[in-house]
Formats: sequence, C-alpha cells, structure tokens
Amino acid sequence: MKKVYQRPRSLRDVPMHYCPGCGHSIIHRLIAELLDEMGLRDSAICVPPAGCAVLAYYYLDIDMVEAPHGRATAVATGIKRVRPDNLVFSYQGDGDLAAIGTAEALHTANRGENITVIFVNNAVYGMTGGQMAPTTLAGMKTTTTPAGRKPKSEGPPIRVCELLSGLANTVYLERTAVNSPANVIKTKKAIRKAFSVQQKKAGFSLVEILSPCPTNWRMDTVASCTWIDEVMAREFPLGVIKEVPC
Amino acid sequence: MTKKLMYGTHAIGEAAIQAGCTCYFGYPITPQNELPEYMSQRLPEVPGGVFIQAESELAAINMVLGASVAGARAMTSSSSPGISLKQEGISFLAGSELPAVIVNIMRGGPGLGNIAPAQSDYFQATRGGGHGDYRLVVFAPASVQEMADLTFHAFDVADEYRTPVMILGDGMLGQMMEPVVMPKPRKGKKAAEKDYILTGAKGRPARLVKSLILDTKDMEEHNWKLVRKFKRIEERETRWEGYMLDDAEMVVIAYGTAARIARGAINRLRREDSNLRVGMIRPITVSPFPVKAIRDAAQTIKDFFVFEMSTGQMVDDVRLALEGQGTIHFYGRPGGVVPSARELGRSIARRYYQAIRKRKQ
Ligand SMILES: Cc1ncc(C[n+]2csc(CCOP(=O)(O)OP(=O)(O)O)c2C)c(N)n1
Ligand code: SF4
Ligand SMILES: [Mg+2]
Repeated sequence: MKKVYQRPRSLRDVPMHYCPGCGHSIIHRLIAELLDEMGLRDSAICVPPAGCAVLAYYYLDIDMVEAPHGRATAVATGIKRVRPDNLVFSYQGDGDLAAIGTAEALHTANRGENITVIFVNNAVYGMTGGQMAPTTLAGMKTTTTPAGRKPKSEGPPIRVCELLSGLANTVYLERTAVNSPANVIKTKKAIRKAFSVQQKKAGFSLVEILSPCPTNWRMDTVASCTWIDEVMAREFPLGVIKEVPC
Repeated sequence: MTKKLMYGTHAIGEAAIQAGCTCYFGYPITPQNELPEYMSQRLPEVPGGVFIQAESELAAINMVLGASVAGARAMTSSSSPGISLKQEGISFLAGSELPAVIVNIMRGGPGLGNIAPAQSDYFQATRGGGHGDYRLVVFAPASVQEMADLTFHAFDVADEYRTPVMILGDGMLGQMMEPVVMPKPRKGKKAAEKDYILTGAKGRPARLVKSLILDTKDMEEHNWKLVRKFKRIEERETRWEGYMLDDAEMVVIAYGTAARIARGAINRLRREDSNLRVGMIRPITVSPFPVKAIRDAAQTIKDFFVFEMSTGQMVDDVRLALEGQGTIHFYGRPGGVVPSARELGRSIARRYYQAIRKRKQ
C-alpha cells in the first residue's frame, strides 16, 4: 500500500499537551513538514516563547533555545548575527510578541534582521488562563475583561502585520488562519514563503496565524473555527499585508 | 610589552576583543558610554564581529543570550539602572548555564540616582540580582590594568563554568586613564569545543538549551548542580590582594575605587605615624567572596575597617566571614561621593586609636 501521510522527520513522535482543537499543534506540524520539504531541518534554530507553545521544544526535533517572555526576537537576533547561514525563527504568541515583547519585535523588524517570526494570534493569553491579550477583540470577554474588552480604556486590538508594514525593512508579512483545510494549506504556503525569504537573505518576515483557543474562548472546536471566519478575520483581515519583491 | 594610556572603559573593550569576544550589545547610559562607542568602532574590524545598539537593556542582554547559545563570546555593559533591567536575562543565562560577560559601571542610586561613581549595586551583583537560586561570579577591578586583565579572564571563566560573569566597576574607574599592558591570547591556544551550542542539528541529535524544568525533583537537582558549580568556582577562582598585612593591627577591607583610596590612606597614615599599623584585604572577586582570607586574618587581627562607597553592603559579607570574631568598623560614603585619602585616613586613625585604647582598658 502506498503511504500518503506520515509524521514529518522534524516532528517528534510524542503526544502533545495542547487542548483538543488548539491551533498550536497544527502550526507545529506545518513547520515540521516545511523543514523536511525544504531541507532546512539541519540548519534550523527555533526560539519558542513563554506561552502555551513553551514546550514546542519537545515536539520539534531541531535545535532550540528558550527565551524569556517576549524576548524571542532579541534572542533570535543574537543567534542570527552569529550564524547568518542557519534558518532562525521565533515562535511567539500575541501576549509574547505584541505586549511584553513589542519593543523587541518592532526593533528587530526595523533593523530588518533576516529572521522569520511565526506569530500565533489566538486573541488571549492561553497559558496563564485566558486573560486579555493585545489582540483581544473589542467586547470580547476574557478572565480579566469580564464585561468585555473596552476599546476606549483598554485599547482596540493591535494589528501586528499592519503595524510592522510601515517599517522600511520588513520584507514579507502575511496573515493566515488554521481554522479550515483551505486556510491550513494557505498557512503552509505563507510559512514556506517566509522561510524562502530568509534563505534569500532578503530580511525580516513574519506570518501571523489566527489560531483557535477553544479552551479560553469557551467554545467547542467547530464553533471556534467558525468564529475565526465570522468575527476574528473581520478584525484581522487575512492575506499578504506586505511583500517586497526579492 | 608596550604600555598604552587607556580609559578604563576602552581597556575593558579592547581586552574583551583580545579575549575573543565578537559580539557586543548595549544601550547607552552614563557613565559607560565610551565602552559601546569603542566597540562600535572596533568590532567591525574583527572577523565575525557584531555590534548592535539595542533598543533597551532587556533586548541587549537577550541578544547576548542568543549570541552565546550560538557559540560566540558575547558581552554587554551598562550602569546601575540598566543593570536592573538586565536581571531577568542574567537569571536566564544562569539557569540555562550560558556564558556571558556583563559589565556594570556603577553610579549613585537608587532610582535614576546620579552619574557619579558609587558602589551602590553590591547586593544586586552578589546576591543574584535576578530571580531564582543562583550565584553570579563578580570581579571588582581597582585599576585600568585590572579592568583589562579581569575582563580578559572573565571570558575564560564564563566559558569554563558555563556561567554569566560580571565586571563590577564604577564611574571613576571607567573614566580615568592609566597605562595598560593589554593581555594577549596565548599563541596556539584553541578555544574549547562547546558541545551544547546551537548550530543546526546536522548529523547529531537536536540540542535544547533552557531553564524551564517543570519536574520539581529535576529542578531541585539543577539547583544543587549550580551550587556545586559555584563551590568549584569558590575553590579555584577566588581572588584577593593583601596589602601591608604582615605587621597590621587593623585591616581595611575595600574593593574597587574604594580600595584605591584606602591604599592612599594607608600609605599616608604609615608615612605620618609609624605606630599606625594598618593593612588591607582587597577582594578582587566579590562573589565568590574571599571568606578564607578574612577568617585567616582574624586569627591575629581583631579590628576590621570596612570602607565602601555605599551605606554598607559588602560589610555584611565581612560580618558573615568573621562569624562574630573581631570588631567591625564601618565607613560608608554613598550617593556618588568619593572621599579623599586624607578624609578616609582620618577616620581610620580615629578608629585605630579608639580600638587600641579599648583593648588596653
Ligand atoms: C516576565 C514574565 N511575565 C509573565 C509571565 C507569565 N506568562 C507566561 S506566558 C504568558 C502569556 C502567554 O500568552 P501568549 O503570548 O498570547 O501565548 P499563548 O499562551 O496564548 O499561546 C504570560 C503572561 C512570564 N513567563 N514571564
Ligand atoms: S489554552 Fe488555548 S492556546 Fe493553550 S493549549 Fe489550550 S487551546 Fe491551545
Ligand atoms: Mg495568545
């Protein structure tokens, strides 16, 4: 019988701790598939975040270093400057990248560091129990916005791709989602593109991925996927936000 | 051996480069700006040299972490408020057992304080500073030559023990000029292979560098491992200098700039009054602290005069070292005040004769 589907070499054969329906596990798999397909496993160095994906280093079978919460892009900068020929990418949540690590993310992008950021936007702080994130939608209830996020006093959600698109040295910024087979395929394409931008040494690339967190959204997995289409993607439009030909 | 007149900050920078440091990351703060400025000029001349003016001290220390885990010798520097911001990163370096050299050119504090030389961060430097159960190795140079020598040495210590190492100076040492013989790498000396660094997992199992250890038993063992490492460092790396101890009736204990002033005071006192037999123990590593040197001195000497440019921080370590033996006299000048050797000498002489009178009673 022909094998049509198998575990990628870059993914370890271990059970993941993610909740059912969580987007992180899908994204891990896509990364692993791409590392295999693009022949990048041997050169890859990943900086996972503090966040639900902190244990990504048990799943991806590549070189990994843990960063303090929010500092992944600074750590990745240090690595990449020493090892310009390695594939260096950070994997960060919305709290990690757009709250505590905003300065690092912005300046890493502004310097045009030749790294890739996998930015997982699930609109909440997953790991710490579903508190408000910088990407939490207006009116959305979280454990620290029990009455819903109030944009007047708590700010509207931050659109990271759009924010970074104004910086001259960002080369490739795309927003995708992992809520449907079609979107998963698009996400894989986007990450492939981002990795190839880095391979060409063209500069900073980031893929923002709208990712379900059924647990903290207090929805079932199907409703979470629908909610991404109907609510989240309205606030965070999918597509290529910026692409500089390279 | 040619001597060159150099600023303290430049001596640190050049010694780092001679030691094989290829990466510097920092954020401007007085009184140490001449160090990043020097590195911004020098590092581009070095093969693989990387200089980044980071967006903050937080970013800088984490760039150091990245460069270190990638296998480079990396350094950052700052002054007191900036060092506070680096503490989380230093704790991660310690927990992940990554080498790095961190320079603190201390100023007066707390808060924004001022930009004058002070020894205000002794507790922060020697008591971990960052969170968690770890110790930092801290060198306290007292001359521009020592700034060069200890920086050069710090990179070896950091690599050998896989630990962050701090150079604890102050604005006075950083900004003065003295003749220096620059340490040079020994010919043919090759850097030891680092079997933990991230290079991409080609032809070997993937590597993981982290400080998160969820299993409490494993975390406990990791903590004890760090303790054993520090014990080894204590046994092999503790440094101090004795000065005029042979006939001393009283020992001044001071480090860094304070020790320079103390040396001047002792010379002056001994010149003016041959009855005044004062010597000095100068810790060169303040962490590990030269406990044994002080305990040994306490066998014959009863009076210890601690001088710090702070309200009294190292004096706690002296107290712990003495374990109740002898008498401690303390003279502290915080806030960026640098007393003259004459001022300090007066205080030493007063306590000296008080102590002798007391002993006779
Ligand atoms: C300095 C610091 N502050 C707070 C935390 C606690 N913390 C860990 S992860 C996290 C937020 C995670 O949210 P996000 O980045 O969105 O990732 P997710 O779990 O949603 O994937 C927080 C606040 C920490 N580890 N370090
Ligand atoms: S809490 Fe949310 S983000 Fe975290 S594992 Fe569960 S579903 Fe995923
Ligand atoms: Mg999140």
